Amino acid sequence: MIKNQASRLLFVLLVFQTMLYAQSEGMVSIKGSRYLPLYGRDSTVVAVKDFEMDVYPITNSQYVDFIKKYPKWQKSKVISLFADKGYLVNWKSDTELKDSEKPNSPVTYVSWFAAKDYCECQGKRLPTIDEWEYVAMADKTTKDARVKPEYNAEILAWYEAPRTNENTIGLHPENFWGVHDLHGLVWEWTLDFNSVLISGESRKDVDKDNNLFCGSAAVNATDLMNYAAFMRYAIRGSLKAKYSMKNLGFRCVKDIPNEFNSSF
Amino acid sequence: MKTILKLMTLILALTMFSCFNNKETEYANTEDIPVNREMLAELTSPPNVPTPIGRRKAKKLIVKMEILEKVGEMTDGVEYMYWTFGGTVPGSFIRTRVGDEVEFHLQNHPDNKLPHNIDMHAVTGPGGGAESSFVAPGHEKVFSFKTLNPGLYVYHCATAPVGMHIANGMYGLILVEPEGGLPPVDKEYYIMQGDFYTKGANGERGLQPFDMQKAVDEKADYVVFNGKVGALTGDNAITAKVGETVRLFVGNGGPGLVSSFHVIGEIFDRVHVEGGDLINENVQTTLIPAGGAAMVEFRVDVPGTFIIVDHSIFRAFNKGALGMLKVEGEENKKIYSGEIRDDIYLPEGPGIQSMPTTDEVVASEIPAKSFEEQMEFGKNAYMQTCFACHQAEGQGIPNAFPPLANSDYLNADVDRAIGIVLRGKTGEITVNGEKYNSVMTRQMLSTDEIANVMTYVYNSWGNSKKVVTKEMVEKVKKSK
Repeated sequence: MIKNQASRLLFVLLVFQTMLYAQSEGMVSIKGSRYLPLYGRDSTVVAVKDFEMDVYPITNSQYVDFIKKYPKWQKSKVISLFADKGYLVNWKSDTELKDSEKPNSPVTYVSWFAAKDYCECQGKRLPTIDEWEYVAMADKTTKDARVKPEYNAEILAWYEAPRTNENTIGLHPENFWGVHDLHGLVWEWTLDFNSVLISGESRKDVDKDNNLFCGSAAVNATDLMNYAAFMRYAIRGSLKAKYSMKNLGFRCVKDIPNEFNSSF
Repeated sequence: MKTILKLMTLILALTMFSCFNNKETEYANTEDIPVNREMLAELTSPPNVPTPIGRRKAKKLIVKMEILEKVGEMTDGVEYMYWTFGGTVPGSFIRTRVGDEVEFHLQNHPDNKLPHNIDMHAVTGPGGGAESSFVAPGHEKVFSFKTLNPGLYVYHCATAPVGMHIANGMYGLILVEPEGGLPPVDKEYYIMQGDFYTKGANGERGLQPFDMQKAVDEKADYVVFNGKVGALTGDNAITAKVGETVRLFVGNGGPGLVSSFHVIGEIFDRVHVEGGDLINENVQTTLIPAGGAAMVEFRVDVPGTFIIVDHSIFRAFNKGALGMLKVEGEENKKIYSGEIRDDIYLPEGPGIQSMPTTDEVVASEIPAKSFEEQMEFGKNAYMQTCFACHQAEGQGIPNAFPPLANSDYLNADVDRAIGIVLRGKTGEITVNGEKYNSVMTRQMLSTDEIANVMTYVYNSWGNSKKVVTKEMVEKVKKSK
């Protein structure tokens, strides 16, 4: 009887807590935790706080709206320091996509600067690598599906499928958190994408060169999970903030204010 | 006057000597070889190689290599997502000479999904260039290196996961010729072996994804030359003429398997072992490590089709590691006679020129009821009895077994043809203008079976569409 009451109380508390903080439109809340990132033999456990994440990547039509509001990101006006020549090459004018592009395909050919500014203009920000990887390691039913062979096989299959950037958002089922399209559509910018090679924070300084080349790939390479992750870290490592790529889009996240953050 | 002349001769001699001397300057250190002028490197797709460097001086050589991820055919009905240097597997052949300063432009096509780089075994420097060439899709990286050591070298992608990038076809060869070039030969070709790991078993149709587990276990579904099954067979075979010297630049991209490279019916006169300076002579099979190469040279003395294999032989006949070198020209009976006779070997003694059998052949149980059945049964009998010599399309084998397709000899006389099947045939005959002198033994076929198989032959491959009945066979049987 007491036990029953206790669980009822817990239930009420849980409901109460989720009601305290109203979820933003088009986003789902992610409950933070500590986890071991996919990549790297010298990785340590990282902590991710509670946050909200966009359910879908930013689409072409959302970006059209953005660009109309913030003309400095139109391709004729953009400062070349912030976007290379590939920026929005699939647009026929400053405010119009080419006819071949679908409005609800993910926006690509955007630089990191543009993506970052987009999110900030919505009162959001780009996810960190740790946040992105944390959400992306879930499949439909579990928070951490990385040990499942079929989870990894699906990700690897995308790497071999051509022209997926032309697909529309939402075709992939939502994962445990209710987020779609982390895998199988486009690569996504992260806030600290270049920390892989440049910063010594996440790894020993002496290792920063060879982690992505021959040596490290040979270590633990029997692990399918590493293979899928290697590719993401490799693509991030190859980027510069002004690059714009056909297969690279983004989505935003939002911090949950500390008073509502239950993780820590 | 005389002294002036003498002086002039001396000066002239000196200048000549110095000119001569200048030409032959040898540098103790290849690093010191000066370069002059710029040149855009000629790149070729396999099995072709660029023109030899000959006597050209060291240059600044500009190499522009484009990376393409694209779907290609592994074998009939099987497709694979190849990652390529220059659009082919193996990648474009790069030909340099010692002392060249290579300015390498690595271009990653914007449609590609992944970043790539290049590690060239000919490069002296960290990562073989890998670190300096790591390039995102839609970008180009430039780095340069000086070729210090002559030899034949493998290049490959070294982006994580390295094994997967190589397994998908990202390898090729770069040749560094010595001063003055390699000795000239008549024909040069580029062959590179690679192993592929697909989700489906060998031959399973459709677009096959890469299978990581099989790759880790080194259980290849395909082992092929030049990226696909049949890249060097049939119309794609490499060719030479009798008397020519052939040089093969052979590489092995791996990722997993070592190649026992062999050309059936040839002995390699010279092998640059492992692509280096060491030359071994009179070699039957040369070992090519994964990530290694060899230069193989031989003179072709007789005509015919020479089969190129990895002599780990199941790879050749079951996984695709099979190519062909077709040599045309005059036969040389002294070196190779061809088949002289096919005699029956009977330990008890000579005399009987037929397969041992009784006269009573069991008649096939179910006689054909219609023309269609005759054709069907006839085809079965053909595939069991006649196919080995006369071949699937009745084309026969030149100089050995006469053709049945479009055969003037066959169509001229039905009874004669029936007689040959009944009793066998020895001696010279002329079929479609070609002379044949072989032995066909009498066949162990029933009267019905002979009628069926001959009807099948007459109604196939452009023959006269005669229908042979049991009665016709009986008639011939009784006639002698």
